[in-house]
Amino acid sequence: MEITTKHLTYYRRKATNVIMLSFSFIAAIITIVPLFLVFYYTVKEGATYLNLDFFTKLPTPIGEPGGGMVNAIVGTLILIGIGGGIGIPVGMLSGIYLSEFGKNKFGALVRFLADVMSGIPSIVVGVVAYTLVVLPMKHFSALAGGVALAILMIPTITRTTEEMIKLVPHSYREAGLALGISKWKTSLFIVLKTAWKGIATGILLGLARAAGETAPLLFTALGNRFWSTNIFRPIASLTVFIYEYSKAPFKDWNEQAWTAALVLIMLISVLSLVFKFITRSKY
Amino acid sequence: MESVLEIQERQKNLSVVPAAVQSSLSNNFVPVSDNHKIVARDINAYFGKVQALRNVSLSIPENSVVAIIGPSGCGKSTFLRSINRMHEIIPGSRITGSLTLDRKDIYQMDAVMVRKRIGMVFQKPNPFPTMSIFDNVAAGLKMNGMRKKARLKEVVEKSLRQAALWDEVKDSLSKSGISLSGGQQQRLCIARTLAVSPEVILMDEPASALDPISTSKIEELIYELKKQYTIVIVTHNMQQAARVSDFTAFFYLGSLIEYDETKTMFTSPRLKRTEDYITGRFG
Ligand SMILES: Nc1ncnc2c1ncn2[C@@H]1O[C@H](COP(=O)(O)OP(=O)(O)O)[C@@H](O)[C@H]1O
Ligand SMILES: [Mg+2]
Repeated sequence: MEITTKHLTYYRRKATNVIMLSFSFIAAIITIVPLFLVFYYTVKEGATYLNLDFFTKLPTPIGEPGGGMVNAIVGTLILIGIGGGIGIPVGMLSGIYLSEFGKNKFGALVRFLADVMSGIPSIVVGVVAYTLVVLPMKHFSALAGGVALAILMIPTITRTTEEMIKLVPHSYREAGLALGISKWKTSLFIVLKTAWKGIATGILLGLARAAGETAPLLFTALGNRFWSTNIFRPIASLTVFIYEYSKAPFKDWNEQAWTAALVLIMLISVLSLVFKFITRSKY
Repeated sequence: MESVLEIQERQKNLSVVPAAVQSSLSNNFVPVSDNHKIVARDINAYFGKVQALRNVSLSIPENSVVAIIGPSGCGKSTFLRSINRMHEIIPGSRITGSLTLDRKDIYQMDAVMVRKRIGMVFQKPNPFPTMSIFDNVAAGLKMNGMRKKARLKEVVEKSLRQAALWDEVKDSLSKSGISLSGGQQQRLCIARTLAVSPEVILMDEPASALDPISTSKIEELIYELKKQYTIVIVTHNMQQAARVSDFTAFFYLGSLIEYDETKTMFTSPRLKRTEDYITGRFG
């Protein structure tokens, strides 16, 4: 009698185990499949125009075949550069502020706003940048686009920085202070250095997200069919090209939109590899 | 908790002190003297509403080792941390009374300056995880502006030698500090403290997380270091206190109960409560 019960429990446990394992496996597949499909279609459709021209030539006028998107590739890099140039220092410094001095009402307010901001639709951020930069300057510009991307990045970077700094054990800060290192140097060169890897991941996520945004660029950086690296002028970007080319009634434009998407994915991959390389730890 | 064996062992050790020595320890020991390196008078320390130290007065003679003993939570760490002004970094903490280093009020000095002169070694070894062995030792100097490579090298070697770690790490100075064993890490932390050339070293149970061999290494080290430094060590281990210290202070419930030469404390304590604690009857 006892033996049978034992066996029953045993088999039930085994069965539960198998069922749960299958469920997690299926869930994992469900996660991977769309990713794989996105990648598969982008490569399949985008491969046609993926050649040297795409990286070296400007877009051709309507009806003329060939051409490339070198202006959009450079434009996207410039936009990420401006966005990161503003967003990374502001985000990191406010993250440091929150973790070091944020245990008051003002800190709670900043934290709350950062959380709210990270949920705001990116098109709204575009409107904000339009009001802040485009209207006073009276024309669209790369700068306005960069500001929009910076605003999008800041909450992520702020909160990641704060959380990563908070994860650094208090004992390292104490060790620094006990060595006669001043408070700010301890925060910067010991605590921040220890948290740096995690923060870098947050920055990368922020940059990658910004690189993939279209909406906030539509009425800030606008877009540009010509070569421009002037940050006070409208600038081309891969995302805006994808948006325009994919809804255009020309087959070759649609195909180039796929190529632009493929190049964007590649760009972000390269960006994260470079980041991983820069922030690799020695140990 | 200590085993019966350990207690028996300790009692055996206590009884081997010859009667002649015992009687020679007639008490001309002065627990608070202005001639001492560090003088604490009427120290009261608080964590919010919790009072951790009550009217503690004692002074620490130069080039001696003072052991602080007492049951957990009796304020040993708090006392240590009030000496190098680490108590005040805890939010809501407060301290009253007077503390002097070479007759100068510690609480009138710059806290960073105090911590350069009074180093600290913590219970849990805490080398900076993102730094090499070399950089761990050089951290205090580097972050206070020392740039000369040759001088840094010199100080690092000297400090590691003093901490009896040089021979073990001289070929792997660029390896991570946390790649070392626990005992080596603690000696690395001692080297790091020595590198900023303090006058006083505070040690908060420096060997309690270590194996017996590492513990005896640390004890030998303390014996060597006291020739140059003034040392205050918190310990839970009575034998350790008896072995390494010249003077012993017994704390209980935030008060200093008895403070005397170690020999006197361990052979003929004045108070019953001290004797009970030392012989392991409570605590
Ligand atoms: N960070 C803290 N916040 C609040 N109370 C504390 C803190 N650290 C210590 N205490 C309290 O102060 C008293 C003394 O603690 P401590 O000096 O750490 O004791 P010991 O080192 O002798 O074990 C204890 O009652 C403890 O609960
Ligand atoms: Mg303690």
